[in-house]
Amino acid sequence: MFNLFLDDAAALVVVLPLLISAIITFMPSKIWPWIISLVTLVLHLVLSLHLLKEISISGLIIYEFGNWEPPWGISFKIDGVNIGLQLLFSIFALISTFYSRKIFLSEIDSRDSGKAYSLWLLAIGSLNGIILTNDIFNLFVFLEISALASISLIALGAGQNRKALLAAFNYLIIGAIGATFYVIGVGFAYAMTGTLNMNDLVIQLAQYSDGQLAIFAGMSFMLIGLMVKAAIFPVHIWLPPAYSYAPSAVSTLLAALATKTILYFFVRLLYEVFIIYPSYLSLFLDFVLYPLSLLAIFIGTLIAIYQDDIKKLLAFSSIAQIGYITLAFSLEDHSGITSGFIHIFNHALIKGGLFMAVGYFAILQKDRVTLTSLKGFGYKYPITSFALLICGLSLIGLPLTNGFISKLYLFQALYTNQMYFSIALVAVSSALAVAYFWKIVEQMWFSEIKFKLEKEDAYIYLPIWIITVSIIVFGIYSSPIIEFSNLSADYLISGYQN
Amino acid sequence: MSNSFLIILGIITPLFAALFSYVCRYNNNLRDSFGIIGGLVTFLISLKIFHGIQNNEIFQITFFTLFDGVDFTFKVTALGSIFSLVASSLWILASIYTIGYMRGAGEKNQTRFVIFYSIAIHAALAIAWSGNLLVLFIFYEILTFSTFPLVGHKQNTESQSAGRLYLSILVGTSLIFFLPAIFWIWLETGTLDFQDGGILINQFPAEYLSLLIAMLVFGIGKAAIMPIHRWLPAAMVAPTPVSALLHAVAVVKAGVFSFLVVIVYIVGPEFLLQTKSSDWLVWLACFTIMASSIIAITKDDLKARLAYSTISQLSYIILGAALASSLALKGASFHIITHALGKITLFFCAGAIYVTAHIKKVSELKGMGFKLPLIFFAYTLGALSIIGVPPFIGSWSKFYLIMGSIEREFIVVAIILGISSLLNIYYLLQPVVMGFTQTSRREVKLTKAPLTVWPPVITGLSCLIFFFYANYFLNNVSGVIVI
Repeated sequence: MFNLFLDDAAALVVVLPLLISAIITFMPSKIWPWIISLVTLVLHLVLSLHLLKEISISGLIIYEFGNWEPPWGISFKIDGVNIGLQLLFSIFALISTFYSRKIFLSEIDSRDSGKAYSLWLLAIGSLNGIILTNDIFNLFVFLEISALASISLIALGAGQNRKALLAAFNYLIIGAIGATFYVIGVGFAYAMTGTLNMNDLVIQLAQYSDGQLAIFAGMSFMLIGLMVKAAIFPVHIWLPPAYSYAPSAVSTLLAALATKTILYFFVRLLYEVFIIYPSYLSLFLDFVLYPLSLLAIFIGTLIAIYQDDIKKLLAFSSIAQIGYITLAFSLEDHSGITSGFIHIFNHALIKGGLFMAVGYFAILQKDRVTLTSLKGFGYKYPITSFALLICGLSLIGLPLTNGFISKLYLFQALYTNQMYFSIALVAVSSALAVAYFWKIVEQMWFSEIKFKLEKEDAYIYLPIWIITVSIIVFGIYSSPIIEFSNLSADYLISGYQN
Repeated sequence: MSNSFLIILGIITPLFAALFSYVCRYNNNLRDSFGIIGGLVTFLISLKIFHGIQNNEIFQITFFTLFDGVDFTFKVTALGSIFSLVASSLWILASIYTIGYMRGAGEKNQTRFVIFYSIAIHAALAIAWSGNLLVLFIFYEILTFSTFPLVGHKQNTESQSAGRLYLSILVGTSLIFFLPAIFWIWLETGTLDFQDGGILINQFPAEYLSLLIAMLVFGIGKAAIMPIHRWLPAAMVAPTPVSALLHAVAVVKAGVFSFLVVIVYIVGPEFLLQTKSSDWLVWLACFTIMASSIIAITKDDLKARLAYSTISQLSYIILGAALASSLALKGASFHIITHALGKITLFFCAGAIYVTAHIKKVSELKGMGFKLPLIFFAYTLGALSIIGVPPFIGSWSKFYLIMGSIEREFIVVAIILGISSLLNIYYLLQPVVMGFTQTSRREVKLTKAPLTVWPPVITGLSCLIFFFYANYFLNNVSGVIVI
């Protein structure tokens, strides 16, 4: 029975959350939706670990839905590129679900608990689909499901602040534009090649070896659509309000996982499919992605410095951090892709931890967390504050934290590509990150008012500290993350050489 | 006791001192005693290591690998043994002084102060004994962050903005220049370990060495070379024990120590002498020496004057490192000791004058010499040592620096050093002259704070005594700086 369950692990990691999501929608209970979600995600983790085991044996799993062979049927593909991400996704989804309960209880109407967790699982399932799918149209479907789920989740923040509705609506419109761009691109590709399967697409595209305007147009549409979804500067504007007005648990999930999965697919599309047009690819990377990444890093950091609202500050910092990732991916070689993946992992942990801590502060003071409202929190809530401090130091990239490892590998990649200007810019912007982060620390510990120690909730600080400890552990013992990222880069690079 | 255990013990003792101070925070006397005990323990350990280095023993411990070719490791170099000895011995006196000052001046949050003070010493010792450049960088940052609460201790607008300036300059420069320089060295050589003679020779493109030196000297903002010296005068808003120990010994010395270590054990003096990549730095250091001496003359606030004097004296060490000849390096290393002793005496005195007579300005010192004879006596000893008058210890390092510049045929530099000594005489001895020649017109109410008086007397006298035992230190200095 259990073996049967494991045989379909590749499909179940996506289908299971989606199924359970439908079941718990109408559950009136306050606590059961959470427990069921938690059990689902434990199973999800078991499945992911099973996939890891399979991959370490066979190296590649293609799961064909309904035994329809590709290129006709929909298929999932798990290989070295996405297994690391799958594992991170699974673990972080579990931790943030554990964290979410108390946050949801105080931020949304308790009668909505069932609906909230239904959407929560819907988002998790569909985002996981983005990681696994091997079909460009199927990706569009998952993109839409995840967008609708996260928009509804963001709108749940309206109980706290009505602006959440506006943010959700913004995301809806801009996200829909992005998705439309993507699906237009898919249409072009389908018209030219008659296939939607990514592996088949590569083969079919090879017949237009000298390139075709329609193909290039389609590719451009797809890339721009994904850029909107991944919040790459300057099409990022939906992200800051969405992250900052969403309920705190939702911000955590989205900030850590949503853009990361889309970035992953973005790079997969670039280096697995579009690589057969090297001139188009390097045109896009050198003249679009690279300058935009630099702008994202610099402008995102600068805007973050002037934010008063902490969640907004973190959201703008995310824009900059996404810039680091796309900068690495734009380098078009093994070291660049590796460092991009390393930062996907590390930044998911760092930003997840930061949003968790700030989210906890938001429900503690029952108001938005602004700089001034953080006064004395270091004395009031030392456990969470200290975790926030460590996550922040990692965001700056100080040694002994995983942020440093990211920075080290990014520098190495830039150095081997002789991009000295980018090195200087990255160095400056990481120093600027001190400016916005230290404003928070100063308020928390060095403002004039002192508070008495208050009790903190172990259900909330436990997941925060799991993340925080992992930040330090992966800063010292970095080889798991580096090996997974190396593996991803190996697969992507060797994929196009064959 | 094994050598590696000695290192661990030395590094964690200040942390335990911090911990115990926190545990005993309700008993003031017990709380403050841990600084003295910790100082004694680390001093004994540093002394043992100092002698061990003299006997060519190896003190090394490796914990884990951080990334390819870089371990988290401590290894005591000859330079490190000197720096740790200075920092730990002065910690004992500074702890005693802190008790007198903080209580005399009625400062708040004394527990937090004591704790971060100990953590700063911990970071300074770890910097001294670090085995590679990355470990040094880690504790360099910890030192910055742990001294931030000390600088902003008073928590008013002035100290807050000073704290911000302090942090932004030190962390900013280290992240923009120092860390990329470290990455650069690692990418070219594959290692960051400190080795006698350096690791860069034949590994690093010689035409870019000047750029690397620039990144290092500006990245190590704690060395306070112009134009990144602004944090040091700003940090003087801190209570005087901080200015004394941290801004005459631990922080600024950690800065110049880091730079010296990089020159001696990473770049290699030989490589520098071949390429002459640091000759431009000689002139920048000379400019800093002269400019800050002139600024010091204009300052009426005693602590600000001492701060600019520190900037000037730090550039002596950078100058020695930039000259890179064996005599100059000897002088630079020795100057870490001599300047620390002299400057801590002066800061102690400035603080003692503030606590006992509530005077901060030089112009208000008229006639105070007759009322505070011991403090002025100690001050004079410290000042004479910094000026470089024999028989004070400061004369040795200045002598070696001048010899070093002549050895490199930088005659102008030797002349500048001479002029700088003259300027020193003016701005350092002016308070003494004020104190003893003019009679006070107004009545000053004196508070008794004996604990602030005796530490400067001890350090002042040791400036005099160690002149005759300079060889004791010089053995370590010259034993390892082989060229």
